[in-house]
Amino acid sequence: MEKILAEARKVAEEAEVFYLSSEDTPVQFEANRLKYVQSKQTTNVALRIIKDGRLGYATVTDKKEVRNLVDAAVETAQFGMNAEFEFPSSTSYPVIETYDPAVEKVSTEEMSGLGEKMIATIRNGNPDLQCEAGLSKSTVAVNIINSRGGQADYKLSVFSMAVEGALIRGTDMLFVGEHQSSSHPITDTESLTAVVLRQLELAKYQAPVRTGLMPVIFTPYGIASALIQPLMVGFNGKIVLEGSSPLGNKLGQTVFDKRLTVRDDPTIDYRPASRPFDDEGVPSQRTTLIENGVATGFLYDLQTAALAGKKSTGSGGRHGGLPSPSSSAFVISPGDVTFDDMVADIREGLVVEQLMGAGQGNILGGDFSGNVLLGYKVENGKIVGRVKNTMVSGNIYQLLKQITAIGSETRWVGGFLQTPPLYLSGISVASK
Amino acid sequence: MAHIDIIGHQLADSLKKHNADYIEVHLEESQSSQITYRGKKLESVNKSSAVGGNVRAMVKGGWGFVSFNSLSNLPKRVETAVKQARFVSGGGSQLAEVEPSVDTVLIGTDNNPVLLPLADKKELLDRYNEIIWVTPGIQTSTINYGDGHKKSIFFSSAGSYIEQERADVTLRLTAVATDGNDVQQVGLSLGSRGDIRAIQDIDDKVEEMSRQAVEILSAPQVKGDKYTVVLDPVLAGVFVHEAFGHLSEADFVYENEQMRELMTLGKEFGGPGLNIVDSASLPGLRGSYKYDDEGVLATKTYLIKEGRLVGRLHSRETAAKMNEQPTGNARAINYRYPPIVRMTNTYIEPGTTSFEEMISDIKEGVYAKNWYGGTTSMEMFTFSAGEAYMIRDGKIAETLRPVVLTGNVFETLKNIDAIGNDLDMNQGGGCGKGGQMPLPVSNGSPHIRIQNCLVGGK
Repeated sequence: MEKILAEARKVAEEAEVFYLSSEDTPVQFEANRLKYVQSKQTTNVALRIIKDGRLGYATVTDKKEVRNLVDAAVETAQFGMNAEFEFPSSTSYPVIETYDPAVEKVSTEEMSGLGEKMIATIRNGNPDLQCEAGLSKSTVAVNIINSRGGQADYKLSVFSMAVEGALIRGTDMLFVGEHQSSSHPITDTESLTAVVLRQLELAKYQAPVRTGLMPVIFTPYGIASALIQPLMVGFNGKIVLEGSSPLGNKLGQTVFDKRLTVRDDPTIDYRPASRPFDDEGVPSQRTTLIENGVATGFLYDLQTAALAGKKSTGSGGRHGGLPSPSSSAFVISPGDVTFDDMVADIREGLVVEQLMGAGQGNILGGDFSGNVLLGYKVENGKIVGRVKNTMVSGNIYQLLKQITAIGSETRWVGGFLQTPPLYLSGISVASK
Repeated sequence: MAHIDIIGHQLADSLKKHNADYIEVHLEESQSSQITYRGKKLESVNKSSAVGGNVRAMVKGGWGFVSFNSLSNLPKRVETAVKQARFVSGGGSQLAEVEPSVDTVLIGTDNNPVLLPLADKKELLDRYNEIIWVTPGIQTSTINYGDGHKKSIFFSSAGSYIEQERADVTLRLTAVATDGNDVQQVGLSLGSRGDIRAIQDIDDKVEEMSRQAVEILSAPQVKGDKYTVVLDPVLAGVFVHEAFGHLSEADFVYENEQMRELMTLGKEFGGPGLNIVDSASLPGLRGSYKYDDEGVLATKTYLIKEGRLVGRLHSRETAAKMNEQPTGNARAINYRYPPIVRMTNTYIEPGTTSFEEMISDIKEGVYAKNWYGGTTSMEMFTFSAGEAYMIRDGKIAETLRPVVLTGNVFETLKNIDAIGNDLDMNQGGGCGKGGQMPLPVSNGSPHIRIQNCLVGGK
């Protein structure tokens, strides 16, 4: 890395080298049985330079390819954006626990045993259920150095576990599933299988739905599949800077229900989205996005912040290219109503667990619209069965203005969201 | 550069020494460049190069898979894959017999878009961005251009040694319009198998896209309900890919009794005019190739013929299990993944109805155009149109906001009651499955009409 930095400095004013290496061991079950054991080794080196004031960028997988890397970065710098920022110099970082050596030590045998146990548990009593399961342990090492003396590194461990089931009768298909991840090893299979068994129980019968406006409870999974994507886009500093976020000119204003508080938080110990610094070496911080309904902040990387006259929130993320503002983990604060009380309050409505295709509409404008892949009908305060052929649509900026209730129990979804259920009213439901 | 040819030949000779039923190795060298515009400015230019590979081994019906960037100590990685496979053994996987192939399929450096000067690519994109921005009412725009060139070597313990090259070009443009409160966008996706001419001289299309984005700001949203829906070739192509194509991938079917029953060959899925094909052997499309990633020759596979299910897409494993012929549809997005059953170029064959005839007897319906996205859970699908219009009394009427269509695949295929005469292939898409995305594919169809289709809205 030092060699790349030294070579780059010979041809450019400033340079930064980002090095990522990972080891991943996935164990896969298909059709109820162990199918694959894999191991994946990856390395990637990214060089970002500032030459004649412009940004250049290139990546290689082999860190010995110094010449090619530097040449490619120089070539791109002819056309790159003007760099409006400076690489961060040496600084101190918050102490955030992201690595548990126990993850690496989990054996393939143990992982395969956990998978077998999950599948056996959910198929017990549901012999027609076709199951897949995936377990994986991975270690990621991130190193970053730059020409201003900035230097930082960390290791991240992630253990993840998922189980899915499909029940097919004629052309009727039911899909259930649960996944969890942590920077510690996960050994408790029951917390996953209990969720799946409950889904199977609630989906046992089918219930008809009429077309019209009705109350809908979005479970944490439902929120992840329907509401979160437009929200993440709306708070992205780059979208704000371009003027295409509906929140852009609303900072400090009450835009959402007064009970809604949301933050972006990469600082929670042992969570897969946590890290002491972002992909540009800027220290991690909690960023409050919505506080009691008021829009309070947007997410910035270095370049976007400089262009907008703001400070980086330590939200620079790389997705195969130059860093750009990226959320780490969205955390929605809990309210005071239990899920059961929400259901009890509904005379006619839905519980949405999984909305398919919700991110295809006008996300920028806050729209979501999708087919209920897993969801239940509520009648007179009780879940009476699963709904099918049903489409749910809405706009988050309208719906989150007036929330009927916020749940009291939060959970993690996919490592990037911690949320309680949300109970919303007057949602458009189309069915046939 | 690492010389994957030299390493490949060295390693190929040693594969038989390992105690495994089957071993295959992929080695890959790739280069790519991306140019992104956001708003008026070019935002980023990247160049990447990658070297990597994988080993897949089978021992007594169990699979092991190892992928890597580092090419040092490859015999040890082969050893690891064999060890993993032995751990899984008893898994019951088997492979259909295929003749080993030794072949070289090169495209020549003239067809490598990565080697074209960045300045030329930028000049073209600058021109398109200017067209977007001269349109009144545009708030912002995005342009994503990408190209790539890949050389891959596949060899196996059965004696195959195949060297293939491929190139790819994609361009996605989006125009975003706003009137202060509301934001709307319209996109355009194009692509080719490495030929940059496919994205040149599309000024008219870019202009139309930009005008459309502004126009839909003042358009009403359709009332959520069932409609007679006419799909343009782009969207119908997405429909055939999402709604039916994925169902015909044998890995969804082969180990599931209920699915096998549902997808029994000979079963009626649509009217007698419905013919659906997947073919990697059509030349020059983004989903085209000579050999798949298991070294199997590409084929043309009829999935539906005259409304009946007549075929499905196979890897060697699914073909063996279902006792059918391999179709050469095992593909991996890159060396980091094992190959899985994928589509290539998928299309509905043209019928005889003209577009005018198709809409002439619709009293109230929706004309949905242009791809925005799509996904499927096998039984249910949703896909979204980039543009939509009401059809009233046999004529295209007012512009609508973009719509999302959803339905049950089996009902919907049966509800197709007219197939146009104007087949067109869309090269702008990328397919995702099993975490592998975007895989170059193409989809196509003539205009089609669907009765009783559920449209999401107010």
